[in-house]
Amino acid sequence: MHFLKRQGQFNHYKHIKQIEMLRQYETVFIMTPVLSEEQMKEAVSKFQDYLKKKGAEIVFEDQWGLRKMAYPIQKKSTGFYHLIEFKAETQLVKELELEMKRDERVIRFLTVAMDKHAIAYNEKKRREKEAAKEAEEENK
Amino acid sequence: MANQQSSEIRYLAPITVDIKKKKYCRFKKAGIKYIDYKDANFLLKFVNEQGKILPRRITGTSVKYQRKVAKAIKRARHLAIMPYVADLLK
Repeated sequence: MHFLKRQGQFNHYKHIKQIEMLRQYETVFIMTPVLSEEQMKEAVSKFQDYLKKKGAEIVFEDQWGLRKMAYPIQKKSTGFYHLIEFKAETQLVKELELEMKRDERVIRFLTVAMDKHAIAYNEKKRREKEAAKEAEEENK
Repeated sequence: MANQQSSEIRYLAPITVDIKKKKYCRFKKAGIKYIDYKDANFLLKFVNEQGKILPRRITGTSVKYQRKVAKAIKRARHLAIMPYVADLLK
């Protein structure tokens, strides 16, 4: 890591060979609308498996479904949106993004590192959603 | 009473003096810590009809949160949740 090179300043890091940094990330990716339902599921599970294989912990997932995009990407005006929240090493994000870049089915992706406010916000939103669901079921 | 009688100018309707409303940062006031880039409806409040980010002097957002708003809008644009350029967005 680049900061280890400046050892004069960071002598106390000398004994650590590799610094492991576990962070929570959120990836949203858009897949082409030409895929069938099965093909899409297959593509999603590919990335899930990839993350799991590399030792990431998937915290949350959300399928937004087919959505209209604000502007056309690759001459397509709609796309399947999928969101994955996961805990992983910093290095893994690069690998995942490379994997997505290579995949032709993915037309756009964005990975965001989440700070504590983002995590709190997402958890709160999820809880509210669940509460709304429960209330709905009770009404039935 | 004496004052009122001595004043020569009389108005039919009470004059309206523009009292400038003090702008405030809605994030600070409401205690919002995180601005979600997936929430297009919310971010729409911070752009004009062309999809441009509104300046702080209009929205009243504090510096800290203006940066976050800008970042969220830019992220949303990347994911085609919001447009880069638009016409008659509102």
